[in-house]
Amino acid sequence: MSKTKEVLLDPLFENNPIGLQVLGICSALAVTTKLETAVVMSAAVFAVLVLSNLSVSLLRNYIPPSIRIIIQLTIIASLVIVTDQVLKAFLFETSKQLSVFVGLIITNCIIMGRAEAFAMQNGPWRSMVDGVGNAAGYSLVLIFVGFFRELFGSGKLFGIEVLPLASEGGWYQPNGLLVLSPAAFFLIGGFIWMVRTWKPDQVEEG
Amino acid sequence: MQRNGVPYIIGFCVAVCLVCAIIVSSSAVGLKERQETNKLLDRQKKVLTVAGLLQEGESVSAEKIQSMFTKRIKSVIIDLKSGKENAEATQNAASFDQRKAQKDPSSSISAPKNRAGVRRIPNQAMVYQVSQNEMATDGAGFELAQYIFPVEGYGLWSTLYGFLAVAPDGNTVKGITFYEHGETPGLGGEVDNPSWKSKWPGRMVFGPAGSSVDSWGEAKIKVKKGYAGSPAEDPYQVDGLSGATITANGVTYLVRFWMGENGFGPYIRNALGQAG
Repeated sequence: MSKTKEVLLDPLFENNPIGLQVLGICSALAVTTKLETAVVMSAAVFAVLVLSNLSVSLLRNYIPPSIRIIIQLTIIASLVIVTDQVLKAFLFETSKQLSVFVGLIITNCIIMGRAEAFAMQNGPWRSMVDGVGNAAGYSLVLIFVGFFRELFGSGKLFGIEVLPLASEGGWYQPNGLLVLSPAAFFLIGGFIWMVRTWKPDQVEEG
Repeated sequence: MQRNGVPYIIGFCVAVCLVCAIIVSSSAVGLKERQETNKLLDRQKKVLTVAGLLQEGESVSAEKIQSMFTKRIKSVIIDLKSGKENAEATQNAASFDQRKAQKDPSSSISAPKNRAGVRRIPNQAMVYQVSQNEMATDGAGFELAQYIFPVEGYGLWSTLYGFLAVAPDGNTVKGITFYEHGETPGLGGEVDNPSWKSKWPGRMVFGPAGSSVDSWGEAKIKVKKGYAGSPAEDPYQVDGLSGATITANGVTYLVRFWMGENGFGPYIRNALGQAG
């Protein structure tokens, strides 16, 4: 049972998909200017990752090895389109802000990486747990980055004003850099640095 | 099991594709109605917001938006070139899709070269007329308070789609809003900022307040670099967006284009001619 727990918790800090493997950072740059979009994006990746791991794992003994990647991709693409449709129907405002990035979950390396590296070798239950763990690891970074970018870039959290802006009579002069993509690089770099200071065995040999 | 045989591989592919196709298409078809309602509601909400009937970011129920929209807004379809109302098309205003019409070569013409980046001009366009008071279902009690024109044009990264509200004099801006764009959040994306949008009402598009339509030339309004004065002392200029000069210029060009001869210019002249 402890093995399952390991599968679930490892991707948070020990083996974080963004932090250690540096996968999936394209979306981490694009959708983290606001906390709300970061959370919805996390939820979308969560749904896709868990379901794709589950379906790939269920089919793992039937998928012909020579075309396994393309089969995985077909499954992932279908799940992403369904997710996109659901978002458009139920969370219209947010889906407008996420725009193309929901569709780009298809190319998110984390999802195919987990399907190929884990779900192809493990049973459905373990694969789902692995999906939950990795999605949580991804969400953790997204929400971390989104929190700082929205708070210091526009003085808000979830769209609610926290730091009164100078342009609206408050005292806070927002940091314009934080709403641009490079800021996410700095924050992700900071995150990786913190995790590796805490767990020095993750540091790669130079 | 022979998992590398060609027949098995092909059979497997077909099976996976079929299952995936069924899932994808049933979700697309099943949710379509809801998505369309969302889109329509979103547009109606933006129209009501730019008309000043709804507060920015105010959350209201779908029913309220619909009832407000039917009571206060009259949708009219016009022939852009002649600037005349097209009564026949207006009857089907609810199903009119201007962006679709604009793409379809049979219902649009290619635009002359322009700085707003507009490629095609639809033959017919939607104009929303806002009523001062609530009107009855047959349109009785309608009293024109402002026009709302759909506008679009290119910014830095994307086409901005929005609405421009203009007073019945065809000259005074009442408001502006964009319902779809892909500009950089925090820079060009500040076209959504309520405090920037609040700089628009009271500015003049063509000439001094109360001036006659004959004295107007090209649209004069522009988004300048830096700060503009109050509408009274600086009627043709609006504050710029710092760090977003190209988006701001795009807004200038698109407003000028749609208020001009290829846009709603003829309609405005006709409407004023009728009134005067």
